[in-house]
Amino acid sequence: MDNILSILVFFPAVAGLLGFVVDKNSARAYGITVAAIEFVLSLWLWFSFDPNNPYMQFVELIPLIPDMGISYYLGVDGISLFIIIMTTLMTLIGMASMGETKNIKNMIVTLLFLEMTMVGVFVALDAVIFYLFWELSLVPMLYIIGAWGGPLRVYASIKFFLYTFTGSLIMLVGMLYVAYIYHNLTGVWSFALTDWYVLVLPVEYQLWLFAAFFIGFAIKVPMFPFHTWIPYAHGQAPTIGSVILAAVLLKMGTYGFVRFTLPMFPDASVMAITPIAVLSLIMIIYTAMIAYAQKDMKQVIAYSSVSHMGIIMLGLFAMNSEGLSGSVFQMLSHGIVSGALFMLVGMIYERRGTKLLSEFGGITAVMPKFAIIFGIMLMASVGLPLTIGFVGEFLVLLGFYKVSPMITILAGTSIILGAVYMLRVMKLAFFGPLDNEKNKNLKDLNRRETWSLIPLVAIVIWLGVYPKPILDPIDNSVNTLLEFVDEKAITDEAKEMILVAKTTKEAE
Amino acid sequence: MLEPINVSLESLNLITLAPMLIAIAGGLIILILDLANSKLHKSLYVMLTLLVLLIDFGALVGLTINERGFFDVMLIDGISIISQLMILAASMIFIPLALTSKRFHEYAYPEFFALFLFMISGFQFMVASDNLILIFVGLETASLALYTLIAMHNRSDAYEAAVKYFTMGALAAGFFAMGSAVLYALTGSVELYKVAEVMAMRLSESEIVLAIFGSSVLLMVAFAFKLSLFPFHTWAPDVYQGAASPLAGYMSVVPKIAAFVVSIRIFGMYIDLGVEWVRMIVLVIAIATMTLSNIMALVQSDVKRMLAYSSISHAGFIMAALALDTTEGNTGIFFYYALLMFTNLGAFAMLWISRHKERRFDDRYDHPYEKFAGWVKIMPIGAVIMAIFMLSLAGVPPFSVFWGKVYIMKAAVNAGYVWLAIVMGLNSAIAAYYYLKLIVYMFLKDPVKRVDIVYYNLSKPLLAMIGLATVATITAIFYVQPLLSYLFYMISASGY
Repeated sequence: MDNILSILVFFPAVAGLLGFVVDKNSARAYGITVAAIEFVLSLWLWFSFDPNNPYMQFVELIPLIPDMGISYYLGVDGISLFIIIMTTLMTLIGMASMGETKNIKNMIVTLLFLEMTMVGVFVALDAVIFYLFWELSLVPMLYIIGAWGGPLRVYASIKFFLYTFTGSLIMLVGMLYVAYIYHNLTGVWSFALTDWYVLVLPVEYQLWLFAAFFIGFAIKVPMFPFHTWIPYAHGQAPTIGSVILAAVLLKMGTYGFVRFTLPMFPDASVMAITPIAVLSLIMIIYTAMIAYAQKDMKQVIAYSSVSHMGIIMLGLFAMNSEGLSGSVFQMLSHGIVSGALFMLVGMIYERRGTKLLSEFGGITAVMPKFAIIFGIMLMASVGLPLTIGFVGEFLVLLGFYKVSPMITILAGTSIILGAVYMLRVMKLAFFGPLDNEKNKNLKDLNRRETWSLIPLVAIVIWLGVYPKPILDPIDNSVNTLLEFVDEKAITDEAKEMILVAKTTKEAE
Repeated sequence: MLEPINVSLESLNLITLAPMLIAIAGGLIILILDLANSKLHKSLYVMLTLLVLLIDFGALVGLTINERGFFDVMLIDGISIISQLMILAASMIFIPLALTSKRFHEYAYPEFFALFLFMISGFQFMVASDNLILIFVGLETASLALYTLIAMHNRSDAYEAAVKYFTMGALAAGFFAMGSAVLYALTGSVELYKVAEVMAMRLSESEIVLAIFGSSVLLMVAFAFKLSLFPFHTWAPDVYQGAASPLAGYMSVVPKIAAFVVSIRIFGMYIDLGVEWVRMIVLVIAIATMTLSNIMALVQSDVKRMLAYSSISHAGFIMAALALDTTEGNTGIFFYYALLMFTNLGAFAMLWISRHKERRFDDRYDHPYEKFAGWVKIMPIGAVIMAIFMLSLAGVPPFSVFWGKVYIMKAAVNAGYVWLAIVMGLNSAIAAYYYLKLIVYMFLKDPVKRVDIVYYNLSKPLLAMIGLATVATITAIFYVQPLLSYLFYMISASGY
């Protein structure tokens, strides 16, 4: 199956279209089955993936609009492979654990379309196709937040849409400009990323283009100070919306940095290390502080998720193999952990109709299973060793230490701050006396909920103890990327910076 | 005693007139049929009109490009052929929309269809000539017919709209005549290619700079009226609101294509001659148009008025492509309209099927936003289709208008106007808000009133046309390539 990527992209879309016909009482079963098939397909992709080949695999290239240089160009490497698997996994589990009953059929169809766009973003190797899926992913998310969200849902969904849309239009102009430069140099129009990688741009151009792409990606991540849409989006979104948003949609931004800005604008990226590190630090520390001050459990998770995105950004701009691999790994772990935390908060919200920390206390006594799983996820989120959260965070900090020990030490406080606000949640919600009458009759997790969470717990521990099967292919692709970037960089400063990667690799 | 003038029939090259004559003959046939039997049903006239358009289309496809005929006033170059093809295609989508399930008395008159065909021949004359007098005649033929078509709608504000459009149109015609007169005074010719030759020689004469400036400003005002560009756009929302929805959609595409062709011929000439301030004026007008009409569209409470402002904004977008004066920019104009045509006509047709005889939601408007609240619950497929049209207009890929936007932005970047591309991008972001507003009403709100009949005006032909528009909007990615290469070939072949 050489065209497995096309199948992965369009299978959910076709299933979504056919889903209109399915009876609404069977819609959930239909959705879960389709998502499971999609997940199995993505696992198949993994098994047929050659882990020793760091380049693009399963490449499909069909010219669509030759006059504009746009082609249907897909491919997958070690960096995107696991993000795709994480996407299909989180869609499946999110759908399985979903407690939503209102308009369930519309929800399932929307989720399937959303899955198409998400997988599409991660396999696209043509800038326009990437942009196409990137923009299209906004529409189902707008509907999910706007139709199933909280009281301010319409405002939140429009804010989400317009914020991202504006940023990506600037990015589109950047893309057009790169294509224009490519045309000037070669006489051919092309939006293919692999063609663009070959371009060696003057530093001044790189800076401008970096800025254009940065706006598009940073809003999605979301980098401080572009993060103001996310508290609304998370606060108003239904559980499934928050799960997908945190687990996958935010990764599109960081993935964009890996795919576009690092290999295309190496010198500008090196120049941007300090400003981006400062912004990431602000993200890490400032949002951790905000998280501590929240009264609402879901907002704590939302801000902690922004805080951890700061770690990912820091790793990306370490420009060495530890930092970059760690950062890609952290994308996966953040997706699984924050997705699971949002699911857990959603489950308690369904039972009690509130997410306020002050309403809870001592619920371990009535919900032991819930408390155990929540505890494990919470520890993983903080970065406890032997959980998935530790591996990525450690590698990122290790990588950035070579760049700037000072910033690394400050960023390391994220583990401490994370522990502070997360343990506060633990203390307020799970320990202490069970004094609220309403909590005394809470039911523990039912079978559906338990079984949708157990795979995630297993992954959290498995990859925490033994991350090698995932880290190796990632490392492979990352090292090739860095070597390429190093060769391409034109300023000495940048060469020296990226060289760190090579020397450590040779030392091994 | 004057010598008799001998003109051989071959030198007239009468075939160049064939498309227009077919449209006129079709109109006359309809009038004669009505004389013979006045009880014929509108469906007959609709089908006849469609057939005439089809023959017209066929005659056009057979023409060889870059020919002149009829004492050299007819000019069959690439842009005249593609613009006529687009005008006919849009008309063929428009005319079946008359077959509604409810009776609207404008379509009961056979004159409606005759006038419609005369209007098309007017537009065809307008785009197939570079003689300022023939352009003027074509423009007026088409406009007068169009005023009447608007007035035939059975609403009191239809008369208001027609009169408003008529007075504004008359003013614009006046400006056009004056501008042409100045050009004639400067160059001694009304043929644009001769005008260009003479003007190129006289550009260095400092005493006529003011006259050149004056001629360009007069013509610019005339076309700003016709294209509804800022600050001469104020008539458009009222006229669209008064006209029947399909006609409003038609007006936002076809007359503008014709006017853009003439604009390319006239203003392209100025810019080619190196008169930089014409380019500056066009750019300023384009940016003001897209920005201000976007902002106006934000505060509208009627969907039809919103769409009116949105099509003004699209015209501004396209006007910016005109200022580039590159082959790519000119291709962008036609490419954009070819894609916008389906989406925009589809959106207006969706308004048309939900049109009630009396206003049930608002005293002033037929289509307030409240009417669309909760559409997804009442007519799910209709709501999804309307949402696709809105997303397409907003420029969300992979729907049709996105490709037009990308192409024009690309043309701007290639011509060295990166800032213009950024302005276009930001404007698309503003525009997304008001298109989203309708989607929010349709999908995220509950119906405000109990609505009993929703597909009020629907019929099979309407369904077919909306289906066609939807398919064309969704599958744009597959026909962009052939369309683009055809347009580019035709435009570069005619030297623009």
